[in-house]
Amino acid sequence: MLGEPTPARLRDRPWVARTAWTLAAGVPLAFLVVFFALPVVAMVGRGFVVDGAVDLTGFTEVFSRPRTWRVVGLTLLQATLATVLCVLLGVPGAHTLYRARAFRGRAALRAFVTVPFVLPTVVVGVAFRALLQPSGPLGFLGLDHTLTAIVAALVFFNYSVVVRSVGGLWERLDPRAVQAARALGASPLRAFFTVTLPALAPAVASAASLVFLFSATSFGTVLVLGGTRFGTVETEIWVQTTQYLNLRAAAVLSVTQLVVVAGVLAVVARTQASRERALPMIEPGRREPDAAGEPGSRVVTVAAATVTGAVVVAVAMPLVALVLRSLRVGDGWGLDHYVALAAPARGLGVSALEAAVTSVRVAVDATLIALLVGGLLALVLSRRPARPGARRALAGLDGLVMLPLGVSAVTVGFGLLLTMARPFGLDVDLRTSPLLLPVAQATVAVPLVVRTVLPVLRAIDPRQREAAATLGAGPGRVLATVDAPAGLRALGLAAGFAFAASLGEFGATSFLVRPNDPTLPVVVFRLIGRPGLDAAGQATAAAVLLAVLSAVAVAVFERLRSRTVGAQW
Amino acid sequence: MIHDHRHRRGAGLVALLAAAVLGLAGCSAVGTGSGGAAADTVTLVTHDSFWLPDEVFEVFTEQTGLTVRVVSQGDTGSLVNQLVLTKDAPLGDAVFGIDNTFASRALEAGVVVPAHLEAPALPDARAHALPGDDGALVAIDYGDVCVNIDDAWFAASDLAPPATLDDLVRPEYRSLFVTPNPVTSSPGFAFLLTTIAASGDTGWPGYWTALKANDVQVASGWTDAYQSAFTAGGGGGDRPVVVSYASSPPFTVPDGGSTPTTSALLDTCFRQVEHAGVLAGAKNPDGAALLVDFLLSDTVQQAIPGAMYMYPVSTSVALPDDWARWAPVATDPFTVDPAAVATHREEWLNRWTDLGVG
Repeated sequence: MLGEPTPARLRDRPWVARTAWTLAAGVPLAFLVVFFALPVVAMVGRGFVVDGAVDLTGFTEVFSRPRTWRVVGLTLLQATLATVLCVLLGVPGAHTLYRARAFRGRAALRAFVTVPFVLPTVVVGVAFRALLQPSGPLGFLGLDHTLTAIVAALVFFNYSVVVRSVGGLWERLDPRAVQAARALGASPLRAFFTVTLPALAPAVASAASLVFLFSATSFGTVLVLGGTRFGTVETEIWVQTTQYLNLRAAAVLSVTQLVVVAGVLAVVARTQASRERALPMIEPGRREPDAAGEPGSRVVTVAAATVTGAVVVAVAMPLVALVLRSLRVGDGWGLDHYVALAAPARGLGVSALEAAVTSVRVAVDATLIALLVGGLLALVLSRRPARPGARRALAGLDGLVMLPLGVSAVTVGFGLLLTMARPFGLDVDLRTSPLLLPVAQATVAVPLVVRTVLPVLRAIDPRQREAAATLGAGPGRVLATVDAPAGLRALGLAAGFAFAASLGEFGATSFLVRPNDPTLPVVVFRLIGRPGLDAAGQATAAAVLLAVLSAVAVAVFERLRSRTVGAQW
Repeated sequence: MIHDHRHRRGAGLVALLAAAVLGLAGCSAVGTGSGGAAADTVTLVTHDSFWLPDEVFEVFTEQTGLTVRVVSQGDTGSLVNQLVLTKDAPLGDAVFGIDNTFASRALEAGVVVPAHLEAPALPDARAHALPGDDGALVAIDYGDVCVNIDDAWFAASDLAPPATLDDLVRPEYRSLFVTPNPVTSSPGFAFLLTTIAASGDTGWPGYWTALKANDVQVASGWTDAYQSAFTAGGGGGDRPVVVSYASSPPFTVPDGGSTPTTSALLDTCFRQVEHAGVLAGAKNPDGAALLVDFLLSDTVQQAIPGAMYMYPVSTSVALPDDWARWAPVATDPFTVDPAAVATHREEWLNRWTDLGVG
């Protein structure tokens, strides 16, 4: 030890700790307020304030249209169906890919199921349509332009959210609880429902809320696979804002979206609050799951593996269709479209490879911002303050950080244009600055970071902190020795998701990107919107490149995860 | 701070993370960007289909000493609406890409102002001027949205290809036609305007009801309609009739062939004209006027077909050979008064949506 340890000094001066915590909460909050809340309020305000007076007649107007109710109903229906399916399929997936005995290629399979999550919707739309349209391989199912197709695509996108979230917790769960239940005569099924499932509940709830948010705000998928017939609140906001400039209707719909999302989050928060607690965990790498013997687990393992196998095949189909299309050259096959990725694309000025570099750069910035903001938020949220007021504030904040996923990208994008002309009176036009892009992407990635890091910090047994404190460690020391090791590894994992999410982000990007410096998803979008078979081929090749990039990123960070305790995302 | 060697593992992790952060920051995008609007730059605000080669802008810089900064703001509708919303603090100096279906909204809101222009091609541009515009918007390029057909498909079947809008509702062409959604796609909206111009304000819902009865397919956008559903779009589609552009056929000349396998029906076209202008409140209005002049120069006009698949307004530049041969424009395209479009857009699209076609 080097002299008097810092923690003791901290204890003598509680205001230092208080200032530190205020900063830890204040910095990320300020970020979210400036780059998310204020723009949204500004945009919604434009719809409700007419000539300086508040005008709320928009509500009666919008809600007197039968279409509005249909759109709200369809949003809830699509998102609920997708969420339920994701959970039903994802929990077995979590078992096979994380809990069951390791098998060759498991790491690759984990990365593989994550690929859809980062694919631009326009690409997935094309891949799905190629499969589902009447002349396609699955055309006989008659799913083209149906609700089923939309829900299938939403599940395709979000399956990995549940798998990773639940799997992350499950693989670290101490198997002795189940063994005890089995020894006492419980059937494998009963043991699962009475022991395992309750332990997994917080992870399931957390994942389900993410899936619901992603599904309820999905835009491209709904339009490409369903059309405006299956319009959701999100597509309706887009139409009202970008096509009609009907800000009143858009504002009403934005508020509606917010209320729906907040309602769902509140329900989830209640579930989590009652479930989330320190769990008996085992040290990473100290476990031989099935070998430890969960009697009868063979049946469970086989059943889960069967479901997972079927899902993997289903997930692979659109991806295979995509790869096949990228290899199709004229009437034959070849790598021509991939070779073309290195040359400046006609009508773009940059090559897809250069765009990939831009994408990676922006994603790096977005990831750093998201880690800083999200990491601090998770740290603050993981505290268990004694005062009830502080506890309630934290519970509110917990829900609040999820909102960027539940608010329309159009509302945020337009709002940024309104508020970033001269932010804080500075003479900098942030709206057209290259800085705004990573910032906008980071606001979307922050909830992912929080959801990854927070459960890890919460799963730390508080007695560990108490023990450290009893042994003379001050608050700072406890943080450094108890929270930091687990938290930092979780941050590493969160970096993977933030990076991948930023890499595939398109909503905010389409408003903020500079055309001569496009990101890879923008290149894909542009190429696919151009005439000529070569352009379409190159677009799919660029999409495959994007998929590979994100799979590699996820796989790299997956290695970090293998040393991480109970991350839940 | 960590003061104890027993926690080297934690310290090592922190160091590793710090190193990673620094390493990553090295390939960060921040700092690679250009600064704000300086006196020697002019900012062009445009839509996400805009593109011109860098060499073209280099010519402008050589001529004027000004550097062009391009910012794109979503599709045409998003572009115009964002300009309206940011009128008090404009996003740039000049705009390109306001088409004749959104022009009235831009003019009414006063987002563009007339400027002193000197381009020799100005009279060509004026031929496409909007009614009632005092010169704030200058036509730069145009294109025709027309029904395209897969000639190869019809040659292989016993069916004579359709030629008119009325043909599309005849039973022999049942389940053959796909169009992009007018609510979410600009060519889709252009086709809706075609039907409004052709069938009149009272007749068009009936026409669409007939299309629906004839099993028209509504795709979300041009990409979905042409690349996925159209038989000649490479996506294995099964609809040989699609709404696309008069400039689409040259792109279907097969490798080794000399004739396109598709053609545009020139009696079904709606003309889209894209305009440029100087933004009200521009920081560099003189530079903006120079840029609009430059958009009418032969340098840009010649580059437009290859870069943006539109036709140059200037009559002093030649079209690419394959366009001249295979992509004629309509001699008498359908038109709708831009002011009527501005007034009725939402109403028409709501009526269309209520028909339950797509």
